[in-house]
Order: sequence, then C-alpha cells, then structure tokens
Amino acid sequence: MSEDGTKFSITDLGVSYNNLPALSGITFDIPGKKVTALIGPSGCGKSTFLRTLNRMNELIPGARTRGRVMMDDQDIYAAEVDPVMLRKRVGMVFQRPNPFPMTVYDNVAFGPRIHGLRDRGRLDHIVENSLKAAVLWEEVRHRLHRPALDLSGGQQQRLVIARLLAVEPEVLLMDEPASSLDPISAAHLEELIRELKQAYTVIIVTHNLQQAARVSDHTAFFLSGELIEFNSTSRLFTHASDRRTEDYITGRFG
Amino acid sequence: MTARVRERVALTVIGLAAGATVLVLLVIILGVLARGMGEINLTFLTQLPRSMGREGGILPAIVSTILLTVVALAIASPIGIGAAIYMAEYLRDRRAATMMAFGTESLAGVPSIIFGIFGFGLFVLYLDMGWSVLSGALTLSLMVLPTIVRTAEEALRAVPVTYREGALALGATRFQTVMCVVLPSALPGIGTGIVLAIGRCVGESAALLLTAGAALGIPRHLGDPARAMAVHLYLLASEGISMEKAYGTASVLIFLVIMVNAVANHLARRQGAKVRRSA
Repeated sequence: MSEDGTKFSITDLGVSYNNLPALSGITFDIPGKKVTALIGPSGCGKSTFLRTLNRMNELIPGARTRGRVMMDDQDIYAAEVDPVMLRKRVGMVFQRPNPFPMTVYDNVAFGPRIHGLRDRGRLDHIVENSLKAAVLWEEVRHRLHRPALDLSGGQQQRLVIARLLAVEPEVLLMDEPASSLDPISAAHLEELIRELKQAYTVIIVTHNLQQAARVSDHTAFFLSGELIEFNSTSRLFTHASDRRTEDYITGRFG
Repeated sequence: MTARVRERVALTVIGLAAGATVLVLLVIILGVLARGMGEINLTFLTQLPRSMGREGGILPAIVSTILLTVVALAIASPIGIGAAIYMAEYLRDRRAATMMAFGTESLAGVPSIIFGIFGFGLFVLYLDMGWSVLSGALTLSLMVLPTIVRTAEEALRAVPVTYREGALALGATRFQTVMCVVLPSALPGIGTGIVLAIGRCVGESAALLLTAGAALGIPRHLGDPARAMAVHLYLLASEGISMEKAYGTASVLIFLVIMVNAVANHLARRQGAKVRRSA
C-alpha cells in the first residue's frame, strides 16, 4: 500500500471488446484493507472493471485495455509484469462457486502446490489455516478428503475463498459472490467479508444494494461504462452527489 | 386420414424401422456366432494354425491384433491428445480452428484402404520397414488419429470454463491449468475416444493386409510381419481355406469388439454423470 493507504490508483482506464467500448474514462483510487463495493445496473461495466484489476480480461478474445492501473505504485499493465504473478497477488471469487472436481483438501492445497510447495506438513498447516480464515474449518474438518462438489453452495463459495487465501493474496476480487446463495449462506459470506478486510483489500461487485451498504466502506456507482460516483458507502447511500446515483439507489431505474 | 390415424401409421412405420435395425444386428451377430461358437475352444485360442489355418488355432492372429493395437494406440494417443489440447485450449485463431476441424473430420472419413496404400508406399517401401508390426501399427495410428483428436477435443471443451478461470485466478499458468484441472476432468471422455480407436484397430483388415502382411507366425518383435485376426478371417474365407475356422475367428473378433464397446459405453456414462454434477 502507498503512504495514504491507496491500494489501486486508476487513471483514465478504458476497456473495449472487439472495438465496442465497455468502459471508459475511469479514474479513482481504491483504498487498501477496506471493502469497496461496485454497484450499477447489468451491463454497466462493473464486472469488466473488476477483471481489469487481475488482468483476467486479457483471456477474452478481442478485449483491449487502455489507461493506467497502479497497484502499490507499480503499473500492473507494464511490460515487465507477469499476469500470472499478478493473479497470485490479486485473487478472484466468481459468481458461481467453482471448486475443482477433487477433494476439499486438494482444492485448498491447489494454489500452494502449483507454486511449488510439496512439504506435506506445511500444506496441512496452510489448508487448516485457510479453511479457518474462511470460516469453514469446523464444517469440513472431518471430510477433508471427500469430494468438494458434495458440499453445499454456501460451503463451496467459502471453500473457494479458502483456496484463494491459501496463496496469500493481497487483494480479493469478488464478482457477485453471494448471488447464487440462499439468504443464510449469503449472510455467512457477508460476515466473512467484513472479517477479511482486516488483512485484505476486498473489492466486491454486487447487485444487492443492501448488501453493498452492509459490507462495504466505499462504494463506486457505474453506469453505461462510466464511473458516476465514488464515495464512502454511508455518504453515497444517504447524500448521493449525483442525481443518477440517487435515482439508482432509490430504485427509480436499473 | 385424421391426425390420429396418421399418428398411428407414422408410429408403426418408424417402429418397424427400429425393429428391422435390431433384427439385422441380431441376425448378423447370432448367425456368425451360431456357426463359429462350435470352433472356439482352448485349442483354437492357444494353438498355432496348421496347414494355412485349416487346422489348429489362431493364437498368432490374437497376439498380432493385440500387439498392433497397443503399438498403434501408444503412438496415436499422445499425439492426438496433444493436438486436442492445442486446439481446445490454445488455438485462438478462428479460421485455423475451423480448418483443423475440417481436416480431422475429412481424415476420419477416408476409407481405411487408402490409409493402407499410403502406409504401404511410405512405411513398407519408402522407409523400408517391410511388412511388419511397426508398419501396420503406424498405419493404424494415422487411421485412428482423427477419432482420438475429435473426441479428446470435445471432452476438453465440455470442461466448464469456471474451472479454468478458477485456476488462472489462483496464479496458475495456462499449462498448469490444463494439466492439473482441465485434463483430469476430461479424462473419461478422452478414454472413450481411445476405446473407439481400439475398436477400429481390432477390426481393421484392408489396411493391415497391405502393411503388416499375412505371415502365420507369432511376431517376436516390431520388425516381424504379422497377420491380424481380421486379415486371417479374410484370407480363410476368400481363399476358401476353411469357412469353419473363418467363422470361429469372426466369433472371437465379435466378442472382442463387444467388450471394447462395453468399456466405451461405461466411460461415456461416467463422463456424462460428472458433467451433470458440476453444472
């Protein structure tokens, strides 16, 4: 993090898919060790924005990114930055839980293993700690060697977060992580997100405005590929400075 | 005719078509087995043929078929799976992908005798391998390569994108993603393709007659000529040596093919169940 606590500093960022602009002129700073929510109607570019932060957009054929994204004073689009190493530091949780078709243990150990760790004792330790940090340990400690796909949806989503924590990232990107979960599992997840910000910078895309209000410190409102407003969550939800933000959060459109 | 009557008639016609299909299959298989089963005994399966196959067993043909198939698959599987990984996971250029798909599809439709004449020209004559297990197996491997590529590619494409994204988002390289997550999930489907390829190798006669030869002995190494079961059957029948032994050989062949297909079905079902569960 830089001195003032900024994790990402984004300047005039734009993304297009096959020359169709999806995002343009995005400029703002995302604070470290806080939860930042990205809200806006479907197709507004918030998921696209999230995927620029770990360069997952590059995997989509025809995607082009312009502008600058600084992470701790390092331009993540600079030629010398390896996207694979970047993704180790900036992890991502997807809309639908995506555990691999292997055991609970192997899912969590996957990251450390591909990064070269073989020591069984240390792997055991990492798996246990990651599952504890994702508040899943008590539920799965006796079935670590059962298939991960047998877990419930909510458990799978926490497993995916544990799998991410095992590679010790600095930033957690979450793309509507609770949208496929039942209300109780979603509440568990929100609690976990609030806890995770002690150690991680969390950026979460959500369609659920109450959820954004509950879990985030800052909120960014996107509309038609532009950033309309970025403010502290309490300020944005009570005294929106832009008319469009107010219209959206009061349900007049979107 | 009212709609109901028409429905009845249509149902009867397609029902008859289905029945005829099953009937033809049963008549062929049972007809062959009825004449051949009596020939199958321990002697037949474990003895060398005597007087050109009129007497004795078909052990060399069984050994040859298995040897040719194993060598052919050992060559074709790694190449085919590698090509499929490249096509499904790395090839971004749409035009190149369409061309490769068209190429493998066309290759799959080429009659086996064409592969035979090609293998005869290239392996037997030009590369001077003669009629041998190696020439035959190389020819078979060319013949089944498209099957393996197509099924492996389909199996890889059926692996949910979310697995790939999940692995990449953990800082895995593309290659690690393929080897650790995508390939294991696609393995049952790839296995189905390999089993189908085995079926084609086991039943092949024309291509092998031209490339592996028709020697009656048990091949002792890859340079030896070999007479596969299907070739043996062809020669017994076409040269009027012994129809009884021909039917016996055919029966053994049918058992082998049925066994191979049963394995293929089993693998395909497992793949289906896996994809459903994760979807």
